[in-house]
Amino acid sequence: MKRPLKRSNAPIFWALFGAGGMLSALFGPMLVFITGLAIPLGLLLPADTLSYSRVLAFVQHWIGKGFVFAVIALFLWHAAHRIFHSLHDIGIHAGVGAKLLCYGLALVGTVIAGYTLLAIGF
Amino acid sequence: MAEQPKTIEIEVLRYHPEKDKTPHTQVFEVPFTDDMSVLQGVQYIKDYLDGSLSFRWSCRMAICGSCGMMINGIPSLSCQTFLRDYYPARVRVEALAHFPIERDLVIGMEGFIEKLESIQPYIIPKEPRTPAQGEYLQTPEQLAKYEQFSSCINCLLCYAACPQFGLNPGFIGPAATALLHRYNVDSRDGAQAERMELINSEEGVFNCTAVGYCSEVCPKHVDPANAVNQNKTNSAADYFLRFLSPKGGAK
Repeated sequence: MKRPLKRSNAPIFWALFGAGGMLSALFGPMLVFITGLAIPLGLLLPADTLSYSRVLAFVQHWIGKGFVFAVIALFLWHAAHRIFHSLHDIGIHAGVGAKLLCYGLALVGTVIAGYTLLAIGF
Repeated sequence: MAEQPKTIEIEVLRYHPEKDKTPHTQVFEVPFTDDMSVLQGVQYIKDYLDGSLSFRWSCRMAICGSCGMMINGIPSLSCQTFLRDYYPARVRVEALAHFPIERDLVIGMEGFIEKLESIQPYIIPKEPRTPAQGEYLQTPEQLAKYEQFSSCINCLLCYAACPQFGLNPGFIGPAATALLHRYNVDSRDGAQAERMELINSEEGVFNCTAVGYCSEVCPKHVDPANAVNQNKTNSAADYFLRFLSPKGGAK
Protein backbone atom coordinates (compact mmCIF):
# COMPACT_ATOMS: atom_id res chain seq x y z
CA MET A 1 0.00 0.00 0.00
CA LYS A 2 1.61 3.21 -1.12
CA ARG A 3 -0.31 6.37 -1.75
CA PRO A 4 1.10 8.92 -4.14
CA LEU A 5 2.54 11.61 -1.89
CA LYS A 6 2.67 15.28 -2.78
CA ARG A 7 5.39 17.35 -1.19
CA SER A 8 3.96 20.11 0.96
CA ASN A 9 4.96 23.72 0.30
CA ALA A 10 4.34 24.53 3.95
CA PRO A 11 8.06 24.87 4.83
CA ILE A 12 8.16 28.24 3.01
CA PHE A 13 5.34 29.66 5.13
CA TRP A 14 6.53 27.86 8.23
CA ALA A 15 10.04 29.30 7.84
CA LEU A 16 8.64 32.84 7.41
CA PHE A 17 6.35 32.24 10.38
CA GLY A 18 9.26 30.99 12.49
CA ALA A 19 11.53 33.86 11.50
CA GLY A 20 8.78 36.38 12.22
CA GLY A 21 8.03 34.74 15.56
CA MET A 22 11.67 34.88 16.59
CA LEU A 23 12.00 38.50 15.50
CA SER A 24 8.78 39.61 17.17
CA ALA A 25 9.76 37.90 20.41
CA LEU A 26 13.13 39.65 20.37
CA PHE A 27 12.11 43.10 19.14
CA GLY A 28 8.33 43.36 19.46
CA PRO A 29 8.08 44.39 23.12
CA MET A 30 10.95 46.86 22.71
CA LEU A 31 9.32 48.45 19.66
CA VAL A 32 5.97 48.71 21.45
CA PHE A 33 7.72 50.34 24.39
CA ILE A 34 9.64 52.85 22.28
CA THR A 35 6.90 53.81 19.82
CA GLY A 36 3.86 53.35 22.05
CA LEU A 37 5.02 54.39 25.51
CA ALA A 38 8.45 55.99 25.79
CA ILE A 39 8.14 58.53 22.97
CA PRO A 40 4.49 59.64 23.49
CA LEU A 41 4.96 59.90 27.27
CA GLY A 42 8.46 61.42 27.05
CA LEU A 43 10.08 58.64 29.10
CA LEU A 44 13.81 57.82 29.12
CA LEU A 45 14.54 58.67 25.49
CA PRO A 46 15.44 62.11 24.04
CA ALA A 47 12.37 63.95 22.72
CA ASP A 48 13.57 63.93 19.10
CA THR A 49 14.30 60.17 18.97
CA LEU A 50 11.59 59.59 16.39
CA SER A 51 11.77 62.98 14.73
CA TYR A 52 11.35 63.04 10.95
CA SER A 53 14.98 63.77 10.18
CA ARG A 54 16.28 61.02 12.49
CA VAL A 55 13.89 58.39 11.19
CA LEU A 56 14.63 59.42 7.60
CA ALA A 57 18.36 59.09 8.21
CA PHE A 58 17.73 55.71 9.82
CA VAL A 59 15.83 54.27 6.85
CA GLN A 60 18.23 55.77 4.35
CA HIS A 61 21.05 53.68 5.76
CA TRP A 62 21.06 50.13 4.40
CA ILE A 63 21.14 48.63 7.90
CA GLY A 64 18.11 50.70 8.94
CA LYS A 65 16.34 49.76 5.72
CA GLY A 66 17.04 46.09 6.30
CA PHE A 67 15.83 46.27 9.90
CA VAL A 68 12.58 48.07 9.05
CA PHE A 69 11.93 45.72 6.12
CA ALA A 70 12.54 42.59 8.20
CA VAL A 71 10.40 43.85 11.06
CA ILE A 72 7.46 44.76 8.84
CA ALA A 73 7.59 41.83 6.39
CA LEU A 74 8.38 39.01 8.81
CA PHE A 75 5.89 40.26 11.43
CA LEU A 76 3.25 40.25 8.67
CA TRP A 77 4.08 36.68 7.54
CA HIS A 78 4.05 35.54 11.14
CA ALA A 79 0.66 37.14 11.75
CA ALA A 80 -0.80 35.82 8.49
CA HIS A 81 0.18 32.24 9.32
CA ARG A 82 -1.12 32.47 12.87
CA ILE A 83 -4.42 34.05 11.82
CA PHE A 84 -4.87 31.49 9.03
CA HIS A 85 -4.42 28.58 11.43
CA SER A 86 -6.63 30.16 14.11
CA LEU A 87 -9.57 30.76 11.77
CA HIS A 88 -11.40 27.53 12.62
CA ASP A 89 -11.40 28.53 16.30
CA ILE A 90 -13.74 31.38 15.41
CA GLY A 91 -15.87 29.17 13.19
CA ILE A 92 -14.37 29.85 9.78
CA HIS A 93 -13.33 26.70 7.99
CA ALA A 94 -10.14 27.81 6.32
CA GLY A 95 -10.02 27.16 2.59
CA VAL A 96 -8.15 28.48 -0.41
CA GLY A 97 -9.85 31.88 -0.11
CA ALA A 98 -8.75 32.37 3.49
CA LYS A 99 -5.26 31.26 2.56
CA LEU A 100 -5.04 33.73 -0.31
CA LEU A 101 -6.39 36.54 1.85
CA CYS A 102 -4.03 35.90 4.82
CA TYR A 103 -0.82 35.27 2.90
CA GLY A 104 -1.86 37.71 0.15
CA LEU A 105 -2.06 40.56 2.67
CA ALA A 106 1.37 39.64 3.98
CA LEU A 107 2.73 39.60 0.44
CA VAL A 108 1.16 42.97 -0.39
CA GLY A 109 2.55 44.45 2.86
CA THR A 110 5.98 43.05 2.03
CA VAL A 111 5.96 44.50 -1.47
CA ILE A 112 4.78 47.92 -0.24
CA ALA A 113 7.39 47.97 2.52
CA GLY A 114 10.14 46.96 0.09
CA TYR A 115 9.09 49.46 -2.56
CA THR A 116 8.69 52.34 -0.09
CA LEU A 117 12.04 51.68 1.58
CA LEU A 118 13.79 51.65 -1.78
CA ALA A 119 11.89 54.74 -2.96
CA ILE A 120 13.13 56.70 0.06
CA GLY A 121 16.60 56.33 -1.41
CA PHE A 122 20.00 55.98 0.19
CA MET B 1 -15.75 -2.14 59.16
CA ALA B 2 -17.76 -2.41 55.97
CA GLU B 3 -17.67 0.59 53.62
CA GLN B 4 -20.90 2.45 52.95
CA PRO B 5 -22.16 1.24 49.54
CA LYS B 6 -21.90 4.06 47.01
CA THR B 7 -23.41 4.44 43.56
CA ILE B 8 -22.30 6.73 40.79
CA GLU B 9 -24.12 7.74 37.63
CA ILE B 10 -22.28 6.82 34.44
CA GLU B 11 -23.53 8.52 31.30
CA VAL B 12 -22.53 6.46 28.28
CA LEU B 13 -22.63 7.42 24.62
CA ARG B 14 -24.56 4.69 22.80
CA TYR B 15 -24.62 4.11 19.08
CA HIS B 16 -25.81 1.05 17.20
CA PRO B 17 -25.32 1.83 13.51
CA GLU B 18 -28.06 -0.56 12.34
CA LYS B 19 -30.69 0.79 14.75
CA ASP B 20 -29.76 4.38 15.62
CA LYS B 21 -29.72 7.36 13.31
CA THR B 22 -27.47 9.33 15.64
CA PRO B 23 -25.55 8.56 18.83
CA HIS B 24 -27.46 9.17 22.07
CA THR B 25 -26.61 8.95 25.74
CA GLN B 26 -27.85 6.56 28.39
CA VAL B 27 -27.36 6.91 32.14
CA PHE B 28 -26.64 3.95 34.42
CA GLU B 29 -26.54 3.80 38.22
CA VAL B 30 -23.44 1.82 39.09
CA PRO B 31 -22.46 0.68 42.60
CA PHE B 32 -18.75 1.18 43.12
CA THR B 33 -15.87 0.99 45.54
CA ASP B 34 -12.92 3.35 45.74
CA ASP B 35 -10.63 0.97 43.90
CA MET B 36 -12.84 0.75 40.80
CA SER B 37 -11.71 2.21 37.49
CA VAL B 38 -14.07 3.69 34.91
CA LEU B 39 -13.40 0.53 32.88
CA GLN B 40 -14.66 -1.58 35.76
CA GLY B 41 -17.68 0.72 35.87
CA VAL B 42 -18.59 0.03 32.24
CA GLN B 43 -17.81 -3.67 32.74
CA TYR B 44 -20.35 -3.64 35.58
CA ILE B 45 -22.90 -2.13 33.20
CA LYS B 46 -22.24 -4.85 30.63
CA ASP B 47 -22.34 -7.68 33.19
CA TYR B 48 -25.37 -6.59 35.23
CA LEU B 49 -27.32 -3.76 33.56
CA ASP B 50 -27.11 -3.91 29.76
CA GLY B 51 -25.23 -6.70 28.01
CA SER B 52 -25.43 -4.91 24.68
CA LEU B 53 -22.93 -2.21 25.65
CA SER B 54 -19.81 -2.53 23.50
CA PHE B 55 -16.31 -1.38 24.33
CA ARG B 56 -12.71 -2.56 23.88
CA TRP B 57 -10.46 -3.59 26.72
CA SER B 58 -7.85 -6.15 27.52
CA CYS B 59 -5.04 -5.73 30.04
CA ARG B 60 -6.62 -3.43 32.68
CA MET B 61 -3.17 -2.02 33.46
CA ALA B 62 -2.37 0.69 30.89
CA ILE B 63 -0.22 -1.56 28.73
CA CYS B 64 -2.42 -2.76 25.88
CA GLY B 65 -3.89 0.59 24.83
CA SER B 66 -7.35 -0.82 24.05
CA CYS B 67 -9.62 1.01 26.48
CA GLY B 68 -9.18 4.63 25.41
CA MET B 69 -12.36 6.69 25.84
CA MET B 70 -13.40 10.29 26.29
CA ILE B 71 -14.02 10.57 30.02
CA ASN B 72 -15.71 13.87 30.85
CA GLY B 73 -14.40 15.07 27.51
CA ILE B 74 -10.76 14.18 28.14
CA PRO B 75 -9.07 11.39 26.14
CA SER B 76 -8.15 8.83 28.82
CA LEU B 77 -7.41 5.16 29.33
CA SER B 78 -10.47 4.04 31.26
CA CYS B 79 -8.43 1.42 33.17
CA GLN B 80 -6.31 4.05 34.91
CA THR B 81 -9.06 6.60 35.49
CA PHE B 82 -10.95 6.07 38.74
CA LEU B 83 -14.63 6.53 39.53
CA ARG B 84 -13.81 7.91 43.00
CA ASP B 85 -12.30 11.00 41.38
CA TYR B 86 -15.69 11.94 39.88
CA TYR B 87 -18.01 10.92 42.72
CA PRO B 88 -20.52 12.28 43.69
CA ALA B 89 -20.88 13.93 40.26
CA ARG B 90 -21.92 11.99 37.18
CA VAL B 91 -19.15 10.76 34.89
CA ARG B 92 -19.58 10.93 31.11
CA VAL B 93 -18.03 8.24 28.94
CA GLU B 94 -17.88 8.56 25.13
CA ALA B 95 -16.07 7.02 22.20
CA LEU B 96 -12.72 8.63 21.36
CA ALA B 97 -13.18 11.90 19.52
CA HIS B 98 -12.29 12.35 15.82
CA PHE B 99 -12.87 8.68 14.93
CA PRO B 100 -15.85 7.00 13.29
CA ILE B 101 -17.90 5.07 15.85
CA GLU B 102 -18.28 1.39 15.05
CA ARG B 103 -20.62 0.77 17.95
CA ASP B 104 -21.03 2.45 21.36
CA LEU B 105 -17.50 3.06 22.66
CA VAL B 106 -15.77 1.11 19.90
CA ILE B 107 -14.11 3.24 17.23
CA GLY B 108 -13.00 2.35 13.71
CA MET B 109 -9.21 2.08 13.63
CA GLU B 110 -8.65 1.36 9.92
CA GLY B 111 -7.39 4.86 9.16
CA PHE B 112 -4.77 4.62 11.87
CA ILE B 113 -3.71 1.09 10.94
CA GLU B 114 -3.10 2.30 7.38
CA LYS B 115 -0.96 5.13 8.70
CA LEU B 116 0.92 2.74 10.94
CA GLU B 117 1.71 0.52 7.94
CA SER B 118 2.74 3.50 5.83
CA ILE B 119 5.49 4.60 8.26
CA GLN B 120 7.21 1.19 8.01
CA PRO B 121 7.44 0.74 11.79
CA TYR B 122 10.33 -1.70 11.79
CA ILE B 123 14.07 -1.47 11.40
CA ILE B 124 15.18 -1.49 7.78
CA PRO B 125 18.92 -2.13 7.96
CA LYS B 126 21.34 0.09 6.05
CA GLU B 127 22.84 -3.02 4.48
CA PRO B 128 21.91 -6.70 4.70
CA ARG B 129 23.46 -8.36 7.70
CA THR B 130 23.93 -12.04 8.49
CA PRO B 131 23.70 -13.64 11.95
CA ALA B 132 27.38 -14.46 11.61
CA GLN B 133 28.15 -10.75 11.79
CA GLY B 134 26.81 -10.72 15.32
CA GLU B 135 24.40 -8.39 17.08
CA TYR B 136 24.11 -4.65 16.56
CA LEU B 137 25.87 -2.63 19.23
CA GLN B 138 24.31 0.59 20.44
CA THR B 139 25.61 3.16 22.90
CA PRO B 140 23.39 4.56 25.68
CA GLU B 141 23.34 7.85 23.76
CA GLN B 142 22.08 6.12 20.62
CA LEU B 143 19.39 4.39 22.68
CA ALA B 144 18.34 7.63 24.39
CA LYS B 145 17.62 9.23 21.00
CA TYR B 146 14.64 6.98 20.33
CA GLU B 147 13.79 5.22 23.58
CA GLN B 148 10.91 7.40 24.78
CA PHE B 149 9.25 7.29 21.36
CA SER B 150 9.25 3.48 21.47
CA SER B 151 6.86 3.44 24.44
CA CYS B 152 3.78 4.14 22.29
CA ILE B 153 0.96 1.61 22.80
CA ASN B 154 -1.23 2.85 19.91
CA CYS B 155 -4.06 3.81 22.26
CA LEU B 156 -4.98 6.77 20.01
CA LEU B 157 -5.58 9.20 22.88
CA CYS B 158 -3.27 11.65 21.09
CA TYR B 159 -5.43 11.51 17.96
CA ALA B 160 -8.55 12.22 20.02
CA ALA B 161 -6.64 15.16 21.55
CA CYS B 162 -5.37 16.61 18.26
CA PRO B 163 -7.62 19.35 16.83
CA GLN B 164 -5.74 19.28 13.52
CA PHE B 165 -6.40 15.55 13.07
CA GLY B 166 -10.02 16.39 13.85
CA LEU B 167 -10.02 18.88 10.97
CA ASN B 168 -8.04 16.74 8.55
CA PRO B 169 -8.19 12.96 9.10
CA GLY B 170 -5.57 12.57 6.38
CA PHE B 171 -2.93 14.05 8.73
CA ILE B 172 -0.49 11.29 9.67
CA GLY B 173 -0.93 12.44 13.28
CA PRO B 174 0.96 12.34 16.58
CA ALA B 175 1.49 8.63 17.35
CA ALA B 176 2.43 7.61 13.81
CA THR B 177 4.88 10.51 13.58
CA ALA B 178 6.39 9.62 16.97
CA LEU B 179 6.85 6.01 15.85
CA LEU B 180 8.21 7.09 12.49
CA HIS B 181 10.72 9.25 14.33
CA ARG B 182 11.56 6.35 16.65
CA TYR B 183 12.81 4.33 13.65
CA ASN B 184 14.36 7.26 11.80
CA VAL B 185 16.68 8.12 14.68
CA ASP B 186 17.60 4.51 15.46
CA SER B 187 21.27 3.99 14.61
CA ARG B 188 20.47 0.55 13.14
CA ASP B 189 17.96 1.91 10.65
CA GLY B 190 18.66 3.09 7.11
CA ALA B 191 15.25 4.04 5.74
CA GLN B 192 15.04 7.65 6.88
CA ALA B 193 14.87 9.01 3.33
CA GLU B 194 11.87 6.81 2.50
CA ARG B 195 10.01 7.83 5.64
CA MET B 196 10.81 11.52 5.12
CA GLU B 197 8.66 11.47 1.98
CA LEU B 198 5.67 11.03 4.26
CA ILE B 199 6.86 13.67 6.72
CA ASN B 200 7.38 16.14 3.86
CA SER B 201 4.06 15.41 2.20
CA GLU B 202 0.77 17.25 2.52
CA GLU B 203 -0.33 14.63 5.05
CA GLY B 204 2.87 15.27 7.00
CA VAL B 205 4.07 17.28 9.98
CA PHE B 206 3.01 20.71 8.75
CA ASN B 207 -0.61 19.95 9.59
CA CYS B 208 0.46 20.39 13.21
CA THR B 209 -0.06 23.80 14.80
CA ALA B 210 1.91 22.98 17.96
CA VAL B 211 -1.08 22.64 20.27
CA GLY B 212 0.80 20.08 22.39
CA TYR B 213 -2.29 18.40 23.86
CA CYS B 214 -1.17 15.07 22.31
CA SER B 215 1.82 14.91 24.65
CA GLU B 216 -0.31 15.93 27.62
CA VAL B 217 -2.79 13.06 27.27
CA CYS B 218 -0.22 10.35 26.46
CA PRO B 219 -0.45 7.67 29.18
CA LYS B 220 3.06 6.39 28.41
CA HIS B 221 4.85 9.75 28.59
CA VAL B 222 5.81 9.72 24.96
CA ASP B 223 6.19 13.24 23.63
CA PRO B 224 4.71 13.08 20.13
CA ALA B 225 4.61 16.87 19.86
CA ASN B 226 8.37 16.83 20.21
CA ALA B 227 8.73 14.23 17.45
CA VAL B 228 6.50 16.31 15.19
CA ASN B 229 8.45 19.50 15.89
CA GLN B 230 11.84 17.89 15.33
CA ASN B 231 10.55 16.70 12.00
CA LYS B 232 9.23 20.11 11.02
CA THR B 233 12.82 21.27 11.29
CA ASN B 234 14.08 18.19 9.42
CA SER B 235 11.47 18.65 6.74
CA ALA B 236 12.13 22.38 6.30
CA ALA B 237 15.87 21.69 6.02
CA ASP B 238 15.13 18.99 3.43
CA TYR B 239 12.82 21.35 1.55
CA PHE B 240 15.39 24.11 1.17
CA LEU B 241 18.59 22.07 1.01
CA ARG B 242 17.41 19.36 -1.38
CA PHE B 243 18.64 21.43 -4.32
CA LEU B 244 22.16 21.18 -2.93
CA SER B 245 22.12 17.43 -2.45
CA PRO B 246 23.18 15.27 -5.42
CA LYS B 247 20.09 13.03 -5.26
CA GLY B 248 17.69 15.94 -5.14
CA GLY B 249 15.71 14.59 -2.19
CA ALA B 250 12.12 13.38 -2.30
CA LYS B 251 9.55 14.73 -4.75
